[in-house]
Amino acid sequence: MAHTRKSQLVDPLIDNNPITLQVLGICSALAVTSSLKVALVMAIAVTLVTAFSSMFISMLRNQIPGSIRIIVQMVIIASLVILVDQVLKAYAYEISKTLSVFVGLIITNCIVMGRAEAFAMSNPPVASFIDGIGNGMGYGLILMTVGVIRELFGSGSLFGITLLETVNNGGWYVPNGLLLLPPSAFFVIGLLIWAIRTWKPKQVEEREYKIQSVEAH
Amino acid sequence: MSDANENNGFIRRFLDMPNDSVVKTVTVAVALCLVASMVVSAAAVSLRPVQEANKLRDKQTNVLEVAGVYDPNVPVAEAFESMEPHVLDLATGEFTDEFDIKTFDQLATSNDPAIVRALDEDPAGLGGHMQAFRMIYILRADDGSIDKVILPIEGYGLWSTLYGFIALEENGNDIYGLQFYQHGETPGLGAEVDNPRWKALWNGKKLRDEDGTLQITVAKSAPAAGRDYYIDALAGATLTSRGVDNLVRFWMGEDGYGPFLERLKAGEI
Repeated sequence: MAHTRKSQLVDPLIDNNPITLQVLGICSALAVTSSLKVALVMAIAVTLVTAFSSMFISMLRNQIPGSIRIIVQMVIIASLVILVDQVLKAYAYEISKTLSVFVGLIITNCIVMGRAEAFAMSNPPVASFIDGIGNGMGYGLILMTVGVIRELFGSGSLFGITLLETVNNGGWYVPNGLLLLPPSAFFVIGLLIWAIRTWKPKQVEEREYKIQSVEAH
Repeated sequence: MSDANENNGFIRRFLDMPNDSVVKTVTVAVALCLVASMVVSAAAVSLRPVQEANKLRDKQTNVLEVAGVYDPNVPVAEAFESMEPHVLDLATGEFTDEFDIKTFDQLATSNDPAIVRALDEDPAGLGGHMQAFRMIYILRADDGSIDKVILPIEGYGLWSTLYGFIALEENGNDIYGLQFYQHGETPGLGAEVDNPRWKALWNGKKLRDEDGTLQITVAKSAPAAGRDYYIDALAGATLTSRGVDNLVRFWMGEDGYGPFLERLKAGEI
């Protein structure tokens, strides 16, 4: 196999990041990054779901009928997501209250489906598991980066610990309310993509069209 | 042993079938669904007690917090024993023992037509009907007299129904505190209903003036009735503030806890 275990884990962090390169999983990245704690739990949940669903799908890959393979993948992913949701409700109630529907929406996270379809269906279980972990971490890395920016400048704290005392609580920092709203994550992710592609120009996609140069008459 | 071999042979033959044959497609689908549903229901059933306990503890914590007796160092269940639960008939303002306190579940009973009352006017946005019975809590002072009453309230804000509690002093007119434990208002704007500084504004306000008219209001500027009845609205959250105003006025009014508060004031409780 061309991939080494290490590259499987490291590649999705920057070089083949599911959010910034493949631009998948944006919806949940918008929704759960207004506070770091929530983003961290979401990242762990997605990582676990991606890893285990890839592993199970890979174990079954030689037996899955092509005509229903997407449904089979969905059933496996959905069961794992419900499992995660139930465990969170039981052991991390406060966080599950904040995450609410977004845990359920991991089912529709393109990263999970994408890895199942693109990798797990044609690779052995252990490799698929590691691939899932790697991609989950890539997702988590961006989530945490966006989370740091949004929580620090949006509510003046990190992991709920106040660093910049906000005006509402008698401090000096006027928080940027936009950062608490989902659209701000678009801007932050957009800037991240720009930064990464400037650093690694290889990631810049080729234009699908060519601007015609018309000669002046 | 022979059984196992036969089984093995059966499974082998099944696995060797072409993946896209009808039999295999159906069998894989059914088998997968069975396994998945068993895993999911096993998890749901085995974790339910812990989840229920979490929900209950969360609610109890909120009741304690709004009454100002929450202490993070004391286990919630233990501290909650100081709370005296009653099921209240809203229309008469009297306690009823028609229901078992332990099994009286607000959400489970919310659609039972026998105990739901239709509303002509629905300022709190409850969906045109409300429960005729509510579970309330009484906190007693050391000498057994009523110290505070904690009443559940709810109503629609901008995006969501806000669920919370209001704590009143023993005269049924002075507000001790107000707190929402569940809502989906805009973070940074409407969600500032959770801001401790805003919640602190409620402390010491009065519901009614001397004539018994309901005066409490959440508004941008103080009403003619005076500052005793006025809570400064949240900046940037006009609709959430209006929702809170409506729901507090509704629940404290005649359709809500009005009759109960009358009796409380008259010392009949």
